[in-house]
Amino acid sequence: MSNQTITQEHAGALAADLHHSGSAEHHHEHHEQHFIWKYIFSQDHKIISKQFLITGIIWAIIGALFSVFFRLQLGFPDSTFPILSKFLGEWAKGGKLSPEFYYALVTMHGTILVFFVLTAGLSGTFANLLIPLQVGARDMASPFMNMLSYWFFFLSSVLMLISLFVETGPASGGWTTYPPLSALKEASLGSGLGMDLWLAGMGLFVVSSLLGGLNYIATVLNMRTKGMTMNRMPLTIWALLFTAVLGVLSFPVLFSGVVLLIFDRNFGTSFYLSEIFINGKALPNVGGSAILYQHLFWFLGHPEVYIIMLPGMGMASEVLSNNSRKPIFGYFAMIISLVGITFLAFVVWAHHMFVTGMSPFLGSVFVFLTLCIAVPSAVKVFNWLTTIWRGNIRFNVQMCFAIGFVSLFISGGLTGLFLGNSALDIHLHDTYFVVAHFHIVMGVSAFFGMFAGVYHWFPKMFGRFMNNTLGYIHFFITLAGAYLIFWPMHYEGIAGMPRRYYDISAWESFKQFQSINGFISIVSIIVFTAQLLFVLNFFMSIFRGRKVTTQNPWGSPTLEWTTPINPGHGNWEGEIPEVHRWAYDYREDGHGNDFISQTTPLRPDEEAH
Amino acid sequence: MTDLIIVLLVVLVFIIVYQIGKTSELASTINGEEKASQKNNKTIASLLVLFFVLGLYGIWKCNDYFKDKMLPVAACKTGEKYDSMFMDTLWVTGIVFFATQAVLFWFAYKYQASEKRKSSFFFSHDNKLEVIWTTVPAIAMTILVVIGLKNWFEVTAPAPDNAMTVEIVGKQFNWIIRYPGKDNELGVRDFRKINDANNVLGLDWNDPHNMDDLISQQELHLVVNKPVRLLIGSRDVIHDVGLPHFRLKMDAVPGISTTLCFTPSITSDSMKKITGNPDFVYEIACDQLCGKGHYSMRGVIVVETQEQYDAWISKQQSYYSMNNGAPEAPKEGTPAGGPEQAKNPAEKAAGKPVMMKN
Repeated sequence: MSNQTITQEHAGALAADLHHSGSAEHHHEHHEQHFIWKYIFSQDHKIISKQFLITGIIWAIIGALFSVFFRLQLGFPDSTFPILSKFLGEWAKGGKLSPEFYYALVTMHGTILVFFVLTAGLSGTFANLLIPLQVGARDMASPFMNMLSYWFFFLSSVLMLISLFVETGPASGGWTTYPPLSALKEASLGSGLGMDLWLAGMGLFVVSSLLGGLNYIATVLNMRTKGMTMNRMPLTIWALLFTAVLGVLSFPVLFSGVVLLIFDRNFGTSFYLSEIFINGKALPNVGGSAILYQHLFWFLGHPEVYIIMLPGMGMASEVLSNNSRKPIFGYFAMIISLVGITFLAFVVWAHHMFVTGMSPFLGSVFVFLTLCIAVPSAVKVFNWLTTIWRGNIRFNVQMCFAIGFVSLFISGGLTGLFLGNSALDIHLHDTYFVVAHFHIVMGVSAFFGMFAGVYHWFPKMFGRFMNNTLGYIHFFITLAGAYLIFWPMHYEGIAGMPRRYYDISAWESFKQFQSINGFISIVSIIVFTAQLLFVLNFFMSIFRGRKVTTQNPWGSPTLEWTTPINPGHGNWEGEIPEVHRWAYDYREDGHGNDFISQTTPLRPDEEAH
Repeated sequence: MTDLIIVLLVVLVFIIVYQIGKTSELASTINGEEKASQKNNKTIASLLVLFFVLGLYGIWKCNDYFKDKMLPVAACKTGEKYDSMFMDTLWVTGIVFFATQAVLFWFAYKYQASEKRKSSFFFSHDNKLEVIWTTVPAIAMTILVVIGLKNWFEVTAPAPDNAMTVEIVGKQFNWIIRYPGKDNELGVRDFRKINDANNVLGLDWNDPHNMDDLISQQELHLVVNKPVRLLIGSRDVIHDVGLPHFRLKMDAVPGISTTLCFTPSITSDSMKKITGNPDFVYEIACDQLCGKGHYSMRGVIVVETQEQYDAWISKQQSYYSMNNGAPEAPKEGTPAGGPEQAKNPAEKAAGKPVMMKN
């Protein structure tokens, strides 16, 4: 933090505190504003949100760098890269990645991006920032629990980071860590200490996620300001609410799966183990089921996909509407489709398991339920398209990312119709088609939602703007790059090329894809570099960005823009404003504005939305 | 040295791009925000359209590039059904894809803010439209589900009575294949009796059905046009029998037996002619991450005529006789060869990619 920012924040906070000591309604223990309590163990939701975001950015760089490392192997299996041995030492002797570490990198890339970046980094950031600001609350329902949520995430991050440096390497059984591979130390190097740290890290992560999620739900349900009925909330809040519901109901199931795996690894139980002969020895375990773990894992794992997608959907809705200067089309349909997606998310998990030998009848039920999700998803896409129809579109950076979000969501969503249909999944399962599908839809598309959010709310977070030109460069490279990387992968998958192959050169059926793999790797390095441009823009703009001079730079009706430019702890200096209308009133207000703030009372002749 | 130069170059490019960003922002402030943002709008909207057009061209080029690199015709009946269902789904999703993407980029361009276009059209909902675009996807999904489930029940149907049974068992990192022998029945096996020296599948020698069973490594022989019931198992971790040419896949799970039933319809020799590739083989690819040698866990299927198959199998010895029939499997861990053999392939994998053969 620069001194400048600190002073600004400090001044804001002081103003807020002064006020509250007068009103004595909220706000209490924060009078001594020591650096540690204000910025490290802070209970201010805005600071916690920045902590989540910055930790998430650091993880994203690590996770993306890993993908560059293994893309080098995939693209150029016959070359050596001396620079790799500098980074990875023994794991890349002579500049060539070892298979063990290749799998470790793939595993950690998945774990980091799915959990640490797109769950904690995404909903941790925006639920914390937006829920109190957009529903009109001074802070979360429990600021203390909120602080704990970050620090559990931090502890979990520390464990995961340590696991990268242990002698046998980090977990290497894939981000899904299916036993028996993950349960038996004999099965793989990464199933040693690295796996224990992975499991402990995930356990703490679940704790963090639950503390956060319960808080988000409690805040949205109980702490809305006067007049902020549920049907006046912005769609971001609806999306973040359902994200939290998904997390709270499904993360405990992952936790149970993780605990049972810890038991199997260390205490001789046989939950997942049965009839195994490994390393010259028959193990004593009988009666367990390796498939049980997959049920427990995917009962979280599938809702997890929506935990990643929903915040992006909410933010894209907000940004599309704001920059089209039009209300979001079909506000209620958007909420109902969120409800539908949330409900269905819990009853489709076994579509990840069509080829585990499960009963074909059970499989057919999951096919039907899975394809049902296409309906609310389609409704959302059509509503977004109608939102920009006849709008008055401002192409700022966040709008570009929101449009990119919709484009990628369509592309990645449609391929889900192939994978969700078991008769097609039986061939496409675990091929590059799957890799392409989920990277486009819950990887890049979710990232685009996140970027839209960062560019849009950066002024609220730091009182400055990010640089636009750098933003546009970042956007176009990332959009084009994402398609160039993942589009060809669909073809590889249709041709049956399995994912998680360290080298395809010995396969008669797949070796023809070597040169396109090289192309994909080169593009991914360029896209990675473009992300560093974003990081540079982000951190430089915190200190040097153009200052925000107006309270409501995007002309948005929502509540967060009624706070001071640099809001202190407590958010509003005076009373919390009262809300009189819905969040999307983009109409002439009679004073030259093309929107009406939520705080503006209804005119006598006006009907509520 | 070259590393250093590359790093310096990258840093330099970064600084330049950053400075460009800085200056252009300064320029826009000087020229007046309103005007700058309008010019900006036009540029970005045009770039998005350009992206869309280039994207279409890219899709066409990509399709062209992959045309002769894809799988040949499916080598079994259910595989043909898979291919036709894949095309149906591709048509449905393809139409939706091009329509929605075109609309997205067209709207983005057409409704950009400009001097002419000062305000937007307040349009918050329309029940009729929403009913239409809820119903249409629902109908399309119903069609896809119906086609899908029809094929799904066919592909998972039990094999007919005349099917031959073959067992395929995965281990780190290769496939073991067992044929039932003359009695046409696979004997009982027990993982506690496994021994890498002379009983790789743990066959119970007290079961007479085991005596004539054949075991081969890596190569699975099948008869063309004869249904086969593949019993799938695993000795250690989860593997997956992936048969891309048959459009099939099934996990191999320790402690659980899974099955795949299909009827190969094209012999390996005919497939060589069809593909024009003299090296063509049906490959078995492990499709479930199983450890460091996962990428090299390869098996081969030979589809041949009944005569060829009979000739081949008549030359095979039963596993029992090959291993000279120790009636009791040796106790756990006794033979020196066992553990060493198990470790061996993994060591080979560490260096460069090799296909493992035991």
